[in-house]
Amino acid sequence: MKKYVCALCGYVYDPADGDPDGGIKPGTAFEDLPDDWICPVCGAGKSDFEPE
Amino acid sequence: MLKPVQIKKDIHWIGAVDYESRNFHGYSLSPDGTTYNNYVILDEKKTLVDTVKADHASASLERLAQLVRPEDIDWIVVNHVEPDHAGALPLFMEKCRPEAVFCSPMGEKALLAHFRDAGDWPLKVVKSGDSISLGKRSLSFLETRMLHWPDSMFSYMPEEGLLFSNDGFGQNLASSERFADEVSRELLLHALSHYYHNIVLPYSRQVLQVLAKVSELKLDISMIAPDHGLIFRRREDVEFVLESYRSFAEQKTQKRAVIVYDTMWHSTERMAYAIAEGLADAGVPCRIMSLKDNHHSAVMGEVARCGLVVVGSPTHNNGILPFVAGFLAFMRGLRPQNRLGAAFGSFGWSGESVKIIGEQLSGMGFELPVEGIKTQYVPDEEALEQCCAAGQALGKVLVEKCAG
Repeated sequence: MKKYVCALCGYVYDPADGDPDGGIKPGTAFEDLPDDWICPVCGAGKSDFEPE
Repeated sequence: MLKPVQIKKDIHWIGAVDYESRNFHGYSLSPDGTTYNNYVILDEKKTLVDTVKADHASASLERLAQLVRPEDIDWIVVNHVEPDHAGALPLFMEKCRPEAVFCSPMGEKALLAHFRDAGDWPLKVVKSGDSISLGKRSLSFLETRMLHWPDSMFSYMPEEGLLFSNDGFGQNLASSERFADEVSRELLLHALSHYYHNIVLPYSRQVLQVLAKVSELKLDISMIAPDHGLIFRRREDVEFVLESYRSFAEQKTQKRAVIVYDTMWHSTERMAYAIAEGLADAGVPCRIMSLKDNHHSAVMGEVARCGLVVVGSPTHNNGILPFVAGFLAFMRGLRPQNRLGAAFGSFGWSGESVKIIGEQLSGMGFELPVEGIKTQYVPDEEALEQCCAAGQALGKVLVEKCAG
């Protein structure tokens, strides 16, 4: 599973870690994140992410 | 006795002018000082927009007290949590005891992380498009994430066409003048550009998005009130600052060069001057900046108007000199685009510096049209001729790129 980088702030979404504070379990692929998921650091939307 | 300045009917600037500021946020210089602007709106809900840096709180409170008792303030809007705008917030909370403190979703997180007591404050989170009525007038909010922190937002008063833009459109300029039309355009553009290229540049994409959003929302902006520097109160000033930001963000290649270097025994310095001669031959204006004499933020102020950045360092202990390494690290973070680069330097025995600089520049996306220029120990006439020729070649490529 690919990591994705937030183009706004540089945060890296790692599927292995998920985003527990945002209710995303470890092992969740970026593509499977809900559409309203936001970057935990800067609040950017999914569309602001690019594959690492 | 410090006085407020009315910017619209019942809306006043109550900020602080910091003539002494030279160190801006620990990474940039502010050679002309700065201001921390905040505002009060006297409507049915008496509302403060931002505060100031903590050590300037007394100035803002003094100006405020001429208009209204601090305890009569109903609301505080926090457009940005960084300490030069929210540093005095704990004191204002104590004096004003507002019913509500409005901030963005990321602003709430940042407030809680910055201030021990923020958990007890009446924080109200607002998102893009949310609006609050102050009585006769209202404020609507536009989150401007990463412009230049996650929490940053604009507050807009549609009834007056007044945009409170926080750090956006700011300038580090301490002056008795409060409005952009009271100083020369040249001075204004210089300050605006210096601020942008040391702080906002990496977020140029977001700037273009925000400008597009402003056009899309058809905001009829008649005044922009930033939190640093001068206020844009006439239509032509508003257009000027929006257009300046568009041009900064687009980063079109410009026909001008800067040669930035450090030197040990003047060899790299002599190379710098020879390259400058070649650039002049090609019709490219250039400035030479020694990193011993120029802070990295002053150099970025110059990079702002340059399509070519030529970087030089002698080789020292198989590496580059620390001022050059520091400058490159600073420039990398600011992510300049659409620029040409070149590396040069003298060396004694191993000679790695030119390779290191070249790799760093290309890693930042600079196009390197000529090979790095190296000289062993002391440049002789032939070596200086080569530097001059490299300057001519670089200049030619830059001129063509600007024309193309």
